[in-house]
Parts: sequence; structure tokens; C-alpha cells
Amino acid sequence: MDAFLKSKWTKRALFVVCLVPLGDLIWIAFTGGLGPNPITFVEHFTGDWTIRFICITLAVTPLREILRQPQLIRFRRMLGLYAFFYACLHFSTWFGIDNFFDFHAIAKDIVKRPFITVGFTAFVLMIPLAVTSTDRMVRRLGYKKWVALHRAIYVIAILAVVHYYWLVKSDERRPIRYGILVAALLLWRVGAWVRDRRRRQARPAAAPRETATPVETA
Amino acid sequence: MLIKNKPDLTYADITPKALYMGRRNFLLGLGVTAAAVKLYKNLPYVFAAKPTGSVPVPLNNIPLSKYTTTGEKITPEDDVTHYNNYYEFGTDKDDPAKNAVNFVTRPWTVSVEGEVTRPRKFSLEEIMQLAPLEERVYRHRCVEAWSMVVPWIGYSFSALLNEVQPTPKAKFVAFQTYYDLRQMPLGPEAGIQLPYVEGLRLDEAMNPLTLLCFGMYGETLPNQDGAPVRMVIPWKYGFKSIKSIVKIKLVSGMPPTTWNLYAPDEYGFYSNVNPNRDHPRWSQATERRLGEFFRRKTLMFNGYGDFVASMYAGMDLMKWY
Repeated sequence: MDAFLKSKWTKRALFVVCLVPLGDLIWIAFTGGLGPNPITFVEHFTGDWTIRFICITLAVTPLREILRQPQLIRFRRMLGLYAFFYACLHFSTWFGIDNFFDFHAIAKDIVKRPFITVGFTAFVLMIPLAVTSTDRMVRRLGYKKWVALHRAIYVIAILAVVHYYWLVKSDERRPIRYGILVAALLLWRVGAWVRDRRRRQARPAAAPRETATPVETA
Repeated sequence: MLIKNKPDLTYADITPKALYMGRRNFLLGLGVTAAAVKLYKNLPYVFAAKPTGSVPVPLNNIPLSKYTTTGEKITPEDDVTHYNNYYEFGTDKDDPAKNAVNFVTRPWTVSVEGEVTRPRKFSLEEIMQLAPLEERVYRHRCVEAWSMVVPWIGYSFSALLNEVQPTPKAKFVAFQTYYDLRQMPLGPEAGIQLPYVEGLRLDEAMNPLTLLCFGMYGETLPNQDGAPVRMVIPWKYGFKSIKSIVKIKLVSGMPPTTWNLYAPDEYGFYSNVNPNRDHPRWSQATERRLGEFFRRKTLMFNGYGDFVASMYAGMDLMKWY
């Protein structure tokens, strides 16, 4: 398993797999499947995949511990960047196609419409995370600062769910499902943090936990 | 003299013979892939039972109404039948077309009751014959900021009211949609209270533009568009134009309406199309006409102000949204 996760081919394959939604969208477009309101279709499609990739990215750390596969970390950066990639498609569809660069209308919407305000905030917050995703930037910032900055993904995930929840008219099942998923992923982190703190208090001499160690059943 | 031109193509540009010969295989492969994908996507329908619901039948020789809207390009019928808000059949736009195929709308009864001198239960055939059917092209503006242009078939709702004769106590008309879990199993997931109810002020109901509608595009209504009988109120947001009506009640007080019950700050009783009064969550200043790339400006009363504005004279339409 370790060899599989460490293989550069696994990473390359995942890179291609993450492009499948985009390929699917292009396929739908060329086979006339976008429906009577294609712009809204593309907005919803890219929005769906943004929030999915945010959830997948947030799932990496819990899965590393639960499955005891620390090597999964190798894919987290790419998954996060894909979340940003689909967010860019989502944002530019709204900005450049739906509103056709009508800056006045766009600025008004960002200020006035809470669901757009939170969606836009989430998108803007993703930019520094994408920019500081390179190894060089991690070194430049220092690991601690970098980690602190990238905790913004928790806020982004919550904002993304709120954005979706405030958008729908009455059938809230899908945004609520994402809400539950994000809540679970964040609560797991709270649980892990509490557990680690207890452990540190119990064994003050133990080395601080840097990367994931297999969970001990205590 | 020997003129030496640099050739446009070199040997390096020549397509390898195997590739050239393989192009048919490549095309064949593409075709097979496309067919396989198509088959896969249609698989649920291949094994699905034959639809058992009512289907549209032609309505012939329907004259064009004097109230028809001119100068608008009619939206393709396929768009109007595959982009629906009919939450009893699912909340995605393409759900009603899929889920209403088994909806049985015959026989059908419409009960007209309440503050009327002659309350009566109409069969569909009876109510369809109360007045001559006519075709009316109307702009249709959804509260979600998209719009379309539809050639509806029906008659002015006032003809029905004249038949049943409202009493002096009647001030409003309350409408109710059919609701049956066996026919509409997705209803409980809609998030709104069902059966769907709507309402109009009596003068709005009497306005000649207010249409009791039985068909569109030369046929009776498809299930997903509100078969067998619906309202069309072209100067109000689409959700006011209630579908699949089973009950019409004349009442003295303002009746409850479904979307207003769900979110009173977002959907008012009147819900006239008004570009100046935004939905709290999105702008109503512009709309996207189905089939068009650019948004267009939304018109006050959806462009029907000449017919309807006088009914709201002196009313603060920002307050009475």
C-alpha cells in the first residue's frame, strides 16, 4: 500500500481523475446536455465540484489516521488546488459569463447579497492558500505560520456550505448534507485536538506530534 | 534558372501510414464510445415501465387572442417542457419532465366554492367549454430571474367568475393544486407546505389578462407544465400561476399563499414583477430569457403595466411586494 501511495504514477493518475468532472462538463456541453439554461447549469455544476473537492481535501487528514495511511498526505495539496481550480471556473462563469463583466452589478451583488458575499469571501480566502501551496512558500513562511494560514480552509468550507444553503429556495437537503459532512470533518479535528492535548498533559515529556502517528487505542 | 522554393510540407509532416489507415478505426472507436455512453445514460429508461400518465392532445383551430403579446420570439417548446418548477414532482428543473410521466389527470374535477351564488363542481370538459379557447402569447418571468415566452391556450378567468357569480362578500380568490402522495411521492421533499395554494385579489382575478389555461403550443398542457388546468398571470412572478387546479374558492379575506407561508420576507402576496424591488437574496433588475446569452432588463409588471398598473394606483409596491 505504501509503495502504491508513494508511486509517482498514483499521483499522476489522481491528477487525471480530478479532471474527469471538467471532461464530463465538456462532454455534456458538446452533446447538448446543458439544458435550457446552460449558464446556470455550468454555475451549479462547477459549484458542486468546488464544494466536493473542499470536502475531499478536508477528509485527507482524518483518513490518514483512520486508515493509518500517513502517505495520503502526498495528495492533499493537489486536491486542495483542484478545489481552487473548480472554484475559479465557478467564479469566472458567474463573473464573466452570467454577469458578462458588468462590474457595477457584480460589485452591488457582492455587497448586497449575503449568499454572494459569503461565496465571494470563500473564493478570495482560497487565493492565498493556492499561492502559498508551493514548497518554497512553506519554507519562506515557516511551517507554523503556513499551517496557521492554511487553517483558513475550515472557514472556507463553512462559508461554502452557507453559500449553498442561502442559495436554494426550499429544498435544503443537499446543502444540509454538505453541512453535515463539513461539520463531521471539522468535529473530528476538534476531537483530535482534545485527545492530543490530554495526551500531552499526561506525558509532558513526549515529543510534540508533528505528522500523524497511528492512533493508539487508549 | 532553377527556382528553389522551400516546400510547405516536409516528410516529417506526413501522417504515418498506419495512423492514416487507422482513422476509420479511430472514428469507429469514437462512435462506439459515444453510443456506449448514450446507452449507459439511457439505461434507467430502457428498463423503466412504460409511462402510464396522461399525455397532451392537439387543440385545433384556436384563434389568436387580442390580448396576445406581439414582437416576442417564442421560447422553444422543448425548453418550456424541460425547465420547470413543479415541486410536487421534484425540485430540480429537469425533475418534473421525468417524474410527471405517470401523472393521471383524467377524470378531473374543479370545485368552485365559497362566496359565490352558484357554487359548482366542474368536470374538465365542462370548464373547458365555458368560453371559447384562444391562444395568448405571454412573457413568463420566474422569481428566480429567468424568463420565457409561451403561447398559452385558455380563456380569461373572468368568464368562470361570471358563471359562478361572486357574492358581494367575495374580495379574494383562493386556488389549490391537486396533491396526492401516490401520484406525487416526492412532495414531502419539496420543503414547502403542500398542497400548493395561491391567491389573487378579486380585481386581479377579473383582469382580462388573467388566463385560465388548458394548453400550450397547440396542445393540451403537458403534465409538468400544470395539466390539465392552471392559471397564467403574466404580470406576476411565475409561482403565482398555480398549476393543476382542483379548488377555486371565493373568500372575503386575503388567503394564504404557499411561498409566502414559507418565507414571508421573500415572497409577498402580490408578487408583481418589479425590477426595483429585489428579492432579499438576489436582484430582480435583470433576467435571463431562456435561449439568450445576455441578461435583459426586467420590465415593471413584466411589461404589462398598461393593462394592470391602474389596479395598484396609490399602493406602495415596495411594501406590498
